[in-house]
Amino acid sequence: MLQTNLKHIQSEDEFNQIIENNENVMICCGRMGPMCIPVYDAMESLEDKYENVKFYDLDFDTPHAHIIRNHELAKRFMGLPFTFYYKNGQAVKATTSIQTKKQIKTILDEYLI
Amino acid sequence: MKAIHYDAIILGAGAAGLSAAIYLSRAKLKTLIINEGSIGGQMVLTHAIANYPGVLETSGRDISLIMKKQAKEFGADIESNVEITKLVLSDKEKLVEIDDDETFTADAVILATGGKPRKLGIPSESKFKGFGISYCATCDGDFYAGKDIVVVGGGNSALEEAVSLTKLVKSITIVHQFDNFQAHEYAIEQAKKNDKISFIMESEITEIIGKEDVTGIKVQNQKTNKEQIIKTDGVFIYIGYIPNTDKFKDVIKVNNRNEILTDENMKTNIDGVYAAGDVREKKFRQITTAVSDGTIAALNAIEYIQTTKK
Ligand SMILES: Cc1cc2nc3c(=O)[nH]c(=O)nc-3n(C[C@H](O)[C@H](O)[C@H](O)COP(=O)(O)OP(=O)(O)OC[C@H]3O[C@@H](n4cnc5c(N)ncnc54)[C@H](O)[C@@H]3O)c2cc1C
Repeated sequence: MLQTNLKHIQSEDEFNQIIENNENVMICCGRMGPMCIPVYDAMESLEDKYENVKFYDLDFDTPHAHIIRNHELAKRFMGLPFTFYYKNGQAVKATTSIQTKKQIKTILDEYLI
Repeated sequence: MKAIHYDAIILGAGAAGLSAAIYLSRAKLKTLIINEGSIGGQMVLTHAIANYPGVLETSGRDISLIMKKQAKEFGADIESNVEITKLVLSDKEKLVEIDDDETFTADAVILATGGKPRKLGIPSESKFKGFGISYCATCDGDFYAGKDIVVVGGGNSALEEAVSLTKLVKSITIVHQFDNFQAHEYAIEQAKKNDKISFIMESEITEIIGKEDVTGIKVQNQKTNKEQIIKTDGVFIYIGYIPNTDKFKDVIKVNNRNEILTDENMKTNIDGVYAAGDVREKKFRQITTAVSDGTIAALNAIEYIQTTKK
């Protein structure tokens, strides 16, 4: 399990329930590495401000992470973490590699309002 | 909204800033750390730290979390992952505004903003980040298994990461701007004796080629100006660090590399403003030296605060 203060997605069933039952979801799929930790930290610091968004992490090396690893939007991704934004159950945006808090906020404001 | 006053504000929560916070808050001074990035700074970029005295081996993340815990338990407040939107250092009472929202004042400020990786400065660099450009071999190496890649740089990070990537990739071309390496002898030797590694010296990348993903690079020889194209699936960049001084270099004295100039007490050109860690002009940038700077800056700031309050 990733050592973050975010909620962790621990199975494919849980993933399906989360994106079905919540309008706005952001999931960061990565490892405890230098490009991923800043994204988890930024997400933790945004949780209070974006009450309409559910924030989760997902361990890249677990079998159920295939949902993101093999997603069409991640086909060309070559950098961890893979960060996905879901609206009404659909992935509406995805990024690869490290992102700043500012870049994340811009995406949240544009896609998950 | 009314400003909240602290005895001392520290900008940056890397090894230097966290050390300063431990000393200030332990001296019962009201201390605030304001950090624009992740707690731990560059330490978080390090998977295994084996040269911090008293600790056999640990991860940068773990050591950061312990330093943070120490600072908090002694009473320091931390605002992390925020953006500084206003900074006044030259007045007697220093002022920091964050996120256009909250304002803090202080008698003393310690600048411990560290450094960030130097970029190639080629327009396509950010476009290809995560699509063939990487700054972390341990994070992204898997994606390049069996491929031909380029590593840019000639310091310890570049050579060590290149050697570790040879376990995964088919071939590595190291592109370095000088005719000799800046790395330690051992790292140079390991890279030179590895069959998968070849070198292009005295050369700089002038273009990253590709439509959606990286397919090659254009390299120019610095002596002859001759250009050549090298086919590659990815480029790993390790060309050093630059100091984070943009927010205050107009008022704080810096050298021509934008590193802060201090005296041996970590004092800058402005009364009540100190600097610590990698952001300073100095020869050796290590966790131990950052911790030492942070300690010295804090102890001098404590003296300054106590004297000015009398
Ligand atoms: C890959 C790598 C491996 C390393 N390995 C080792 C090792 O094994 N052993 C060793 O001793 N050293 C190692 N080092 C060097 C060591 O990590 C640094 O010298 C040390 O961590 C610097 O600490 P610092 O507090 O000065 O700066 P930083 O760690 O850079 O921290 C500065 C902090 O300030 C924040 N910040 C930036 N701008 C602002 C601003 N305007 N306002 C507020 N906050 C801001 C940053 O986000 C960051 O959190 C390594 C460095 C790297 C990059």
